[in-house]
Amino acid sequence: MDKETLIAELKAIVKPYAKDEEALANINENTDFINDLKINSANLVDVILDVEEKYNIVIDNESMEKMVNVKSAIEIIEAKVA
Amino acid sequence: MSNRVVITGLGVAAPNGVGIPAFTEALRTGTSGIRHDPQLAELQFSCQIAGKPQVSEELQLQYLDPLELRNFNSNGILYGLIAGIDAWKDAGLQPTVGPDPDWDSGIIFGAGSSGLDKLREAIYKVDALQVRRLGSTVVPQTMASGISAWLGGKLGLGNQVTTNSSACTTGAESVMMAFERIKNGQAKRMIAGSTSDAGPYIWGGFDALKVCTYKHNDTPTQGSRPMSASANGFVPGSGAGALLLESLDSALERGATIYAEILGGHVNSGGQRGDGTMTAPNSVAVQRCITQAMVQAGITGRDIDAINGHLTATSKDSLEIENWSKALGRAGKEFPYINALKGMIGHCLSGSGSIELVAAVLQLKEGFLFPNINCEDLHPEISAIIDEACVPRELINVNLNIIAKASFGFGDVNACVILKKYING
Repeated sequence: MDKETLIAELKAIVKPYAKDEEALANINENTDFINDLKINSANLVDVILDVEEKYNIVIDNESMEKMVNVKSAIEIIEAKVA
Repeated sequence: MSNRVVITGLGVAAPNGVGIPAFTEALRTGTSGIRHDPQLAELQFSCQIAGKPQVSEELQLQYLDPLELRNFNSNGILYGLIAGIDAWKDAGLQPTVGPDPDWDSGIIFGAGSSGLDKLREAIYKVDALQVRRLGSTVVPQTMASGISAWLGGKLGLGNQVTTNSSACTTGAESVMMAFERIKNGQAKRMIAGSTSDAGPYIWGGFDALKVCTYKHNDTPTQGSRPMSASANGFVPGSGAGALLLESLDSALERGATIYAEILGGHVNSGGQRGDGTMTAPNSVAVQRCITQAMVQAGITGRDIDAINGHLTATSKDSLEIENWSKALGRAGKEFPYINALKGMIGHCLSGSGSIELVAAVLQLKEGFLFPNINCEDLHPEISAIIDEACVPRELINVNLNIIAKASFGFGDVNACVILKKYING
């Protein structure tokens, strides 16, 4: 799966939680979920559950802790899907 | 410091009307909010009728955004938000804007439980070894203080924000707690309210206790019959009411509309001694609660124009009338008017006191007494104490000065609030 597609899919997943619409429109590899998209930190677990459902993967506790931005999310998804 | 305390805003989500205009109309016309409940029938409850506020999806979206409504399954919080936010806006106030909360305003919003349907979902997931799939929504919807926490965030209030719980006394108690806080100068404004979840998981325990009626499954609007000879148990209800309490000084300063003044009240317990048990009231404590409320309000039994009773439509109704009669020192034709809202909405449990207080305040402000529906056959034990005319069966338009409202609850707990019409000065 190429990065562009993954970012587009992630964008759809985080859309309901993102409070900063401009940052969401410009989402890229360097986008941080909390600092840029202004996602409530409690909602990060919901983002992770939605990612698990979309890609039919299980994200372990260590990976969860790292999944705070688009870059780490892509790395984790690619590693699990592969 | 002792401030006078007035009511400047009202909100309600009741089985027979959501929002003050619809609720007021239902009160005047004696409209029942009791309906047949297919879910209770399917689950083989003895009582298959209930009172639930009718809340459309469109209305929900006025109080919760689409993200908040994702995986939202706590109807008690929904009803409380409708009542609480409406009361705040009805008082001419807006949610706080900017980083600082409103330090002078707080919330005491009671509940008997929170998000039982949500808790049920969570329990099933936990038992299926899926605890990690609960997501972020379980805690805020199932913590006992859920309703006050949600309201506090919606409005940005910075004074005390808490939830009280004392069974069916909860709503009257929250008003007394908020009253004290304002009277003592610790807050200028408090939202006082209470809510109750709807559904089989909260009502099931009462069905099992055999305190609900099973005789009206085919005639739901006739099912709740307070003070009637043919009453044979309460109809379970749900919903929320809220009152915005404010110091008189603050209300006058803002030029707010004043619905009524709270002269005082009292909260106590019978200690489950004497006649009192977990489920039955100690009459000595009930009478004491009423008399102490009158003492704090600086009135006597003769000053009371009308009573808004607890009156659930069980065998305890006659005892309640006897307790009022003794506490006020009035009987027969000398007894004040008395009415019971539960005839229209059932017993809304932890939400009942607040919804009924909203009704009592509307009666004072607009000068009417709502009809006691389903009381065509006043119980002979009651007519032996008070005159038939004290129990209006039709709407009465009448100027009232003082209404006493009491609520009693499991645990042998009592609360009584004395409300007075506000006339300038």
